[in-house]
Amino acid sequence: MSAPVFDVVQQQFATVTGEFHLSHGTLVIVLHPTALLDAVRRLRSEFGFDLLLDVTAVDWPGQALRFEVVYHFYSTTHRVRVRLKTRVREADPTVDSLVPLFGSANFMERECHDMYGIVFRGNPDQRPILLYEGFAGHPLRKDYPKQQEQPLVPYRT
Amino acid sequence: MIPIQAPSARSPAFEYLSTKKDELVGWARKFSLFPYPFVTACCAMEFMSVSSTPYDTDRFGAALPRFSPRQSDLLMVVGTLTHKQAPILLKVYEQMCEPKWVMAFGACATSGGFYQNYAAVAGIDKIIPVDIYVPGCPPRPETVIDAIMMLQDRIARSQHFIVNDKF
Amino acid sequence: MTVPTTSPNPIRPAFAQGEHDGEVIVNIGPSHPATHGTIQVIAALDGERINRVDVHCGYLHRGFEKECESHTWHNLIPYVDRLNYCSGLINDFAYCDAVEKLMDIEITPRCRYLRTLLSEYSRIADHLTCIAASLMELGAMTAFLYLVMIRDYVYEHLAALTGARVTYTYGRIGGLARDLPDGWLSRLDEILTQYEEFIGRIHGLMDRNRIFIDRTRNIGVISSTDAVNWGFTGPILRSTGLACDLRKDAPYLAYAELDFDVPVGINGDNYDRYYVRMREMDESVYMIRQLIEMLPGGPINVDDRRCTLPEKELVYTEIESLINHFKLIMDGPAAPAGEVYAAHEAPNGELGFYLVSTGGGIPYKLHVRSPSFVHMGGLHRLLEGYQLADMIPTFGSVNMIGGECDR
Repeated sequence: MSAPVFDVVQQQFATVTGEFHLSHGTLVIVLHPTALLDAVRRLRSEFGFDLLLDVTAVDWPGQALRFEVVYHFYSTTHRVRVRLKTRVREADPTVDSLVPLFGSANFMERECHDMYGIVFRGNPDQRPILLYEGFAGHPLRKDYPKQQEQPLVPYRT
Repeated sequence: MIPIQAPSARSPAFEYLSTKKDELVGWARKFSLFPYPFVTACCAMEFMSVSSTPYDTDRFGAALPRFSPRQSDLLMVVGTLTHKQAPILLKVYEQMCEPKWVMAFGACATSGGFYQNYAAVAGIDKIIPVDIYVPGCPPRPETVIDAIMMLQDRIARSQHFIVNDKF
Repeated sequence: MTVPTTSPNPIRPAFAQGEHDGEVIVNIGPSHPATHGTIQVIAALDGERINRVDVHCGYLHRGFEKECESHTWHNLIPYVDRLNYCSGLINDFAYCDAVEKLMDIEITPRCRYLRTLLSEYSRIADHLTCIAASLMELGAMTAFLYLVMIRDYVYEHLAALTGARVTYTYGRIGGLARDLPDGWLSRLDEILTQYEEFIGRIHGLMDRNRIFIDRTRNIGVISSTDAVNWGFTGPILRSTGLACDLRKDAPYLAYAELDFDVPVGINGDNYDRYYVRMREMDESVYMIRQLIEMLPGGPINVDDRRCTLPEKELVYTEIESLINHFKLIMDGPAAPAGEVYAAHEAPNGELGFYLVSTGGGIPYKLHVRSPSFVHMGGLHRLLEGYQLADMIPTFGSVNMIGGECDR
């Protein structure tokens, strides 16, 4: 099932971006990282996707473009969702930050940075948010062992 | 632990007075517990339930929470302790004055619960000494009341040194 | 003078000194009753007025997503429960809905209506907890005791159904754990009647109470555009006047067939958030009463070998059922490769699950879009410019749940 706004978005974006497909009622747009900020700006101003829902990443170790950064947007007027995906390499996991467009992007990007090590260019505040100062590594990467603890307080004997 | 002293170390009169003093102070302390609810996670729901009707810890004298470690004597660690929160727990514990008791409320405080990963501490007794462990995820209010009563028995039975380290 | 301490500081504050003479930096939390034990707010104060705020969360980060990557789709339902632990059933059902979408499973009508009924029941429990806690923090002990009494009835009632009072683990992929016991619906009716009487008393105590109005009217105000920009959803967004509710906008479960209103506020302040939650509870009770009438008969679990455990008699007598049962428990229900994002209207806002599967019984990635976390990102907009004492009602009205915020 496809909302009318999806067709409009697809037409408008056809010259700029790569793939589109529908996933369980959500339009999925796969982009190159350099096209991200402009696409999001257009989605917000022209198509009414005014609520940034989520910023997260998926780790595909073994692939050349290891990290897939995933954004979800919601339109309060059209009442549909859009998913934006972009891929970055492990050596340079940098994408543009959405902080100039959405205030809510700050905390979500900080979490993504904490968990995966994605660097958000333009986000002035990339301190650890869910983890603590001194935590080495990025736990949601597939090569971080689940039970590797880094205690802050030495254990009692 | 109650140290065992040689039988001839003290006179019978002293022993009698000491025991009576312990009983009196123990009675006073056990029925006036001021909990510091170090509340983090889901067990907070059962903590709220046990503090209000129909379970009511006020019957046991343990209802009035004191949110300052200086004014409380029972540290109830309610919920999961994470590595980020561990320094805070240690600081609060160290700021409490003697006598103090620690209750590990819930499975996560007792042993880490089912969070066996990089973020959660596998039981608060890795950080601070614990007097009573309350199992459950979250524990039923009756379990908590049972634990408070067991702790009260323990307080009643223990020695309370109020003048110096012998009396 | 700094006193040496054995415990290190786990965070780096955004500011360590006041901008001008007279500005004092105060640390609130994380072990603080007003911040629900897991949020640290570093405030720069000018007298009593909060100038700047630095919000720190993560003190309850329990590694939910990493934990879920090593459990089967079914085994991780207890973890999902403990996200928003005030309304455990809604988490269960939102997660099961996401997996069912991924696996293309359609649940039975009875399950659909029952999930809707229990979602609304959980919503009542969550709003009761939020309002009780925030009123108690303002000093209204009586209101707290009344509301927690009703919440206790709800907990005992759900324990009769699911076996647990707070964290239920009742949802299953393709259905529910068990059907309603006898007499459950009549007890439900009694509880709803008692609820209405008690809520009437709370309205009488609080709605036109001078102290309550002074402490909550025009405090923590946010406009609709600001709220959307900072990602607020749920009662906070509705209190600003915008009627955004997934149950109406993108109906799921049985909400399309129910008659209910979406209460909205006027100002976007603390009083509106309190009143929106009170009205939402009344709407939930109205919905539950409709659902009790509409509840059809039939099976609870969909008859699908991919997710539903076979009957015990068959497991013990037939080899196919035995192997099916074994595979479902040991390997987990096999989901096709792909991804899905499914969201429900949780009491705090939009609770979304983003699942990535590479086939098999274990998720490749399971991400929770938690409303509380996003609200913490926008909390400074509600706190800055107001008094230090205003932080108490504002924080209470945001209903930050640590399990959901930090995951």
